[in-house]
Amino acid sequence: VLLLILSVVAIAHAELCKPDAQNAFKVRLSIKTALGDNAYAWDANEEYLFKAMVAFAMRRYSSKSTTQISNVLLCNVTDRVSFWFVVTDSSKNMTTVPGSEVEAAIRMNRNRINSAFLLSDKTLQFLKITSTLLPPVEPSTPVWLIVFGVVLCLIVAGIVFLVVAGIQQRKKKNKESTESENLEERGEVTVTVENGIPCETLDLKAGHINGVFAADDERFTSL
Amino acid sequence: AMEKSRPLWDNPLQFVFACISYAVGLGNVWRFPYLCQMYGGGGFLIPYFIMLIAEGMPLLYLELAVGQRMRQGSIGAWKIISPYLCGVGVASVVVSFFLSMYYNVINAWAFWYLFHSFQDPLPWATCPLNSNHTGYEEECEKTSSTQYFWYRQTLNISPSLEVSGSVQWEQALCLMLAWLVVYLCILRGTESTGKVVYVTASLPYCVLIIYLIRGLTLHGAVNGLVYMFTPKLEQLSNPKTWISAATQIFFSLGLGFGSLIAFASYNDPSNNCERHAIIVSLINSATSIFASIVTFSIYGFKATFNYESCINKVILLLMNAFDLEEGSLTADNLNEMKDYLMATHPQEYAQLLPQLKNCAVQGTGLAFIVYSEAIKNMEVPQLYSVLYFFMLLMLGIGSMLGNTAAILTPLTDSRVIAARFPKEVISGVVCFINCVIGLIFTMEAGNYWFDIFNDYAATLSLLLIVLVETIAVCYIYGLRR
Repeated sequence: VLLLILSVVAIAHAELCKPDAQNAFKVRLSIKTALGDNAYAWDANEEYLFKAMVAFAMRRYSSKSTTQISNVLLCNVTDRVSFWFVVTDSSKNMTTVPGSEVEAAIRMNRNRINSAFLLSDKTLQFLKITSTLLPPVEPSTPVWLIVFGVVLCLIVAGIVFLVVAGIQQRKKKNKESTESENLEERGEVTVTVENGIPCETLDLKAGHINGVFAADDERFTSL
Repeated sequence: AMEKSRPLWDNPLQFVFACISYAVGLGNVWRFPYLCQMYGGGGFLIPYFIMLIAEGMPLLYLELAVGQRMRQGSIGAWKIISPYLCGVGVASVVVSFFLSMYYNVINAWAFWYLFHSFQDPLPWATCPLNSNHTGYEEECEKTSSTQYFWYRQTLNISPSLEVSGSVQWEQALCLMLAWLVVYLCILRGTESTGKVVYVTASLPYCVLIIYLIRGLTLHGAVNGLVYMFTPKLEQLSNPKTWISAATQIFFSLGLGFGSLIAFASYNDPSNNCERHAIIVSLINSATSIFASIVTFSIYGFKATFNYESCINKVILLLMNAFDLEEGSLTADNLNEMKDYLMATHPQEYAQLLPQLKNCAVQGTGLAFIVYSEAIKNMEVPQLYSVLYFFMLLMLGIGSMLGNTAAILTPLTDSRVIAARFPKEVISGVVCFINCVIGLIFTMEAGNYWFDIFNDYAATLSLLLIVLVETIAVCYIYGLRR
C-alpha cells in the first residue's frame, strides 16, 4: 500500500510539474560563465538548496509558515543547467500556488537567491520573471554642464581680456600718433633758414656767432 | 597719414603651421582611409601620389604665390590681375561662408562628446533603461548604444527633413561655444592666429602617435591593417578610383576657398612659397597615410570585437534553445554544431534562423560612431575619449581658422568697411551671423541639412573656381610673371 501511495504521489507530481505547465517557471543557470574555474557542479544538493530558497521566498512573501521544501517540485533538469519548478499548495490537495504569487515572492527576494548560488540576475535567469535593473547613478547637475561652464568662462574671459587690451592699445596709439604729429609740425616751423642754410647746421658747423645779431632774439619772429 | 602696414606672420614657421593646420582636417583622418579601402587598398596610393604631383602641388603653389605677390585677400588679389576677375574672389568668399556655416557644427559635436567623456561609465557604453526599469530602451535595443547616443541623445534626429522639430538647446550651447572659441582665435588677426596654429597643428600629431601605439597593441588591429593595405590592383582600371584620388587631393588641400590666398597675403614678399607649397602638400599626404594606419587599426579592433561578440551571442542563443551543456559550443566547432542541430531538430532550428546573423563585418559609420564604439571597449576609456575628441576639435578649429580668414581678409582689406569698424567688430559680426544661421543645424532635422550642405555647398563650385583661377593666372596674368 505504501508503494502504491508513493507511486500515486510521484505520478501526481509529474502531472503538476512539467514544461509549460500552469504556474510553472523555467530556470536557467550559467554557472561556468559566472564562475569560470571556481564553478561547482549541479547535483542533488544544489537542487535541495534551490528548493529551500524558493520555500524561504514564499514564506517571507506571504508570511505564513506553511510552505515546506517538499512543496517545491523540480523537473526536467538538463545539462545546460535548466529546469522547471512549481510550488504546490499544501492546504489544498494537488493544486499549485498561482504564478503571480510565486513571481512576486521571487522578485522580492531575488538578491538573496542570487547570492546563495554566487550568481547574478544574468546568470540565474527565471525566464518569465523580469528583473528590475539598477538605474545608473546620475548626479544632480549633469557632468557635462559643469565642464561646459568652466570652458565657457575661460573663453569669455580670454575674449574680454583681448578686446579690452586692444581698445587700450588703440587709445595709446592714437595719443602717441597725435603727439608725434604735433612734434613734426613744430619741428618744421623751428627750422628757420638763413640765406638758404638752416640755422641748426650753421651751429653745428662751428661758425662764429655774431654777438650783435645773435643777442637780439626778438629779431626772429616767433610763430 | 601713413598707410597702415599689413600685419605679418611672426616667422615663416607660423605660415607653414597655419597652412598645415588648415589642410589637415577631418578628411585626412576619416575620408582618406575609407577611400583607400574602397578603391584597392595599398594600390590606391599610386593614383593618389600621381594626382598629388600633377594637380595638388601646382595648384597649391599657384594660390600661395597669388596671395603672397598681391598681398591682398581673394577679392583684391583677383582684382589686381584683372578687374573682370573679382567675381572669382567673391565666389571664393561665398563658398567659404557656406562652409564656415556648417563646418563649425562638427566642432560643436566634438565639444559635446568631449564634455561627456568625463563620466564613468561613458554615456554611450550602455543603453538607458526603459520607464519601468525592466529592460533597456526599445530604440536602443534595436541598434546599438553608440548609435543610440549619436542619433537620439546628441542629434535627437527627426524622422525626415520636413519634420523640423525644435532647436536642441544643448547643441545650440555647444555651437555658441565653438563660435566663441573661433572668435577668440581670430580676434587679433594674424597676431593671435599665428600663436594658435602652433597648437592646432601640432597637437593632433601627438594624439595620433598615442593612438598609434595604443591602436597597434589592440586585439584584432592587425586584421584591420591587413584588410586596408592589401593592394587590389584591379581597382586601378576603375575610373572612379582616379576621380576619387583627384577630388580627395583637391578638397584635402582646401584649394579654391581663398583661405590659402588669405594666409599667403600676410607673408613677407621675399618668402620662398614654392618650397612651402611642396612641404605643406607632402605633410598633408603623409598625415593622411599615418592617420589611416591609426584609423584602420582601431577599425580592425572594433570589427574583431563585434565579430567575436556576435559569435558569442549566437552560441548563447543555441545553447539556450537546445539546453546544451555550457562550454560544448565554442567558436571553433560552431559551424559543425549548427549543421548537427539543423539535422536533429529541424523545426526548432528553422524558428531560430532569422536570429542567427551571419556575423559579417559591418560597413562604414561616421567618425563619431565608429571611434566612440571602439573607445568604449578599451581600458581607461575616458582618457582615450578625451584625447580623441580633443584632437577632432583641434583639427576642426584649424580648418575653421582658414575658412574665417578667407572671409575676413577681403573684408578687412576693402577700405569701405575697414575704415569704419575695427577688425574686432567685423570678426564679431561675422561670427555672430554664422552662429545664428548655424542654429538650423541644431534643430532636430539639422543633420539632414548638414548632409545637404556637406554634399553640395562646396563640390562643383570649387572645381569651377579653381579652373578659372588656373586660366586666369596662366593666360591672363602670364605664366612668367
